[in-house]
Amino acid sequence: MTYAFRAEGLVKRFGATVALAGIDLAARQGTVLGVLGPNGAGKTTAVRILATLLRPDEGTATVGGLDVVRDAGEVRRLIGLTGQYASVDEDLTGTENLVLIGRLLDMRTAAARARARELLAYFELAEAAARPVKTYSGGMRRRLDLAASLVGRPDVIYLDEPTTGLDPVRREDVWGIVRSLVGDGVTVLLTTQYLEEADALADEISVIDHGRVIAHGTPAELKQRVGGRHLDLRPLDPARLLDSAGILAAVAGTQPESPTRGTLTVPVEDDGMLTAAVRRLDEAGIAVAELSLRLPDLDDVFFTLTGHGTAAPAGTGGAGEARTAKTEEAVR
Amino acid sequence: MTTLTAPPERTAVPSRREGAARPFALVRHSVALAGRSLTKTRRTPEQLIDVTLQPILFVVMFLYLLGGAVAGSTHEYLQTLLPALMVMNTVFASVQTGINLNDDIKKGVFDRFRSMPIARSAPLVGSVLGDLIRFVLLIVVQLGFGYAVGFRIETDPLSALAACLLVMFFAFCLTWVFVLIGMLAREPGAVQGIGFMAMFPLTFGTNVLVPTDTLPGWLQAWVDANPVTAVMETARGLMVGGAVAGPALETVLWSVGVLAVFFPLAVRAYLRRT
Ligand SMILES: Nc1ncnc2c1ncn2[C@@H]1O[C@H](COP(=O)(O)OP(=O)(O)OP(=O)(O)O)[C@@H](O)[C@H]1O
Ligand SMILES: [Mg+2]
Repeated sequence: MTYAFRAEGLVKRFGATVALAGIDLAARQGTVLGVLGPNGAGKTTAVRILATLLRPDEGTATVGGLDVVRDAGEVRRLIGLTGQYASVDEDLTGTENLVLIGRLLDMRTAAARARARELLAYFELAEAAARPVKTYSGGMRRRLDLAASLVGRPDVIYLDEPTTGLDPVRREDVWGIVRSLVGDGVTVLLTTQYLEEADALADEISVIDHGRVIAHGTPAELKQRVGGRHLDLRPLDPARLLDSAGILAAVAGTQPESPTRGTLTVPVEDDGMLTAAVRRLDEAGIAVAELSLRLPDLDDVFFTLTGHGTAAPAGTGGAGEARTAKTEEAVR
Repeated sequence: MTTLTAPPERTAVPSRREGAARPFALVRHSVALAGRSLTKTRRTPEQLIDVTLQPILFVVMFLYLLGGAVAGSTHEYLQTLLPALMVMNTVFASVQTGINLNDDIKKGVFDRFRSMPIARSAPLVGSVLGDLIRFVLLIVVQLGFGYAVGFRIETDPLSALAACLLVMFFAFCLTWVFVLIGMLAREPGAVQGIGFMAMFPLTFGTNVLVPTDTLPGWLQAWVDANPVTAVMETARGLMVGGAVAGPALETVLWSVGVLAVFFPLAVRAYLRRT
């Protein structure tokens, strides 16, 4: 199999901090690799190594078969980078930013201008093209940033949290752009903290935490690892939580968990379970505020793999601790 | 953005691979980046205060505050003072270039430059070249205001021009010291602190203010060894007359020496910054 980029055993330390503790990442040409992890997981560090901005302490990485340290100059011809923090010039206009990049890529001025115009139109920035970037909204900046990394028609594009801070509509726009790039044969490395985003875009996902890959697979495979569907139940009267837990335990054959105060969740093994639960709750006279059958999402994947939620930075516990603590409280 | 239908055209312009074979990459990329730096200066003219108001302020301060006490007539004092102030202010302005660069380089756009197939030192060289406009402006303001208050070139215009170019060359070379500090320091404030600490002995430890024969022996020794003294003497010689060859040679040697040492160090520090 040929990989558009491939990292093996990358280790990177910053003083006492181990940002990457031996990480493997790879994507075949024309696919999207989603790198999913909470704050501080090492996403940006991995991207910076693959973009030749940082040298790894250990391990190797190649892009198009070229080593990112030894053949850095050649690698730079293949890649486009949209960093986590805007990598366009605030004082220049949209056009000036793109033309500068074209010039640095040794395009002739006319060609650089034409390419800038084409990209600005494509990203619906034509009207703002002559304004300094500091007058742009967050979404416009993001789009210009994306445009800037496409000027040279790279084979591999790194997008470090490209939709952070965008509203849902703009996020969908970026997703559309990523999909059309892939349709063009470009390989994309996309980091994100949004499980939904990795699910929507990635062919394969590497879940990373504390500088390690803790799971890798297609979105479907990852979902499979956390099992099948779940049944969520919230009784109207919180005082009936214990009774409800008893009923769910009886129909499911396992103790329910309590992810948030007042709700219970159990894995669903067979389809008759839902009706059985409804009947028994009715017999017991328990009024139900919410009862739903839910497919697992990547949040569940992350929870199962790390023992803490995605929103919680490593070490602060957060959702993970809350879940275990409350399960005990609710189900005891 | 609702009409995202077609992907960007992927065949209209040459790919990176074809283009980069063209020679003189460092010059080409540095010039493009110097253009960026000039555009930024044009958009934020407040950055130019130190090269426009300061030269005027210094003339007023030195001439009217100290002029009477130092030399018999203000005109006579102005004739020796102005070339020296020109040197002094360009040296200060070169510190400011280091400060600006320290600030600039933290911005994400430098990450983009570093991830592109361009000459490695081009972002630094481009910024420093772009900042030469600051020196030009400074010299124009300094001489213009000097003329308004009575300074006159006593040699010829070509010599005066040579003086300006030599001062700029020295400042350009000296700038790399502050670029290096700018690359090593985390904060612009630190660059400023270190820069000005170095600047005061360099600029005031000269004969800009007073003739050296009134100074204590150790200070006289420093003033004589100080390269800025040589630059000031050259500028004076070329503008109002006096010995030129000796101090000019000293100026050029110092400039080239500083450049040869600090340019590679600054580039190395830039490439190592993460
Ligand atoms: N230049 C640096 N100096 C010191 N520590 C660093 C540096 N860069 C990253 N780190 C540390 O390395 C770890 C990984 O950081 P990294 O930026 O790669 O995480 P991330 O997954 O991108 O997080 P986020 O989602 O917040 O962007 C963090 O603990 C961070 O503090
Ligand atoms: Mg990051």
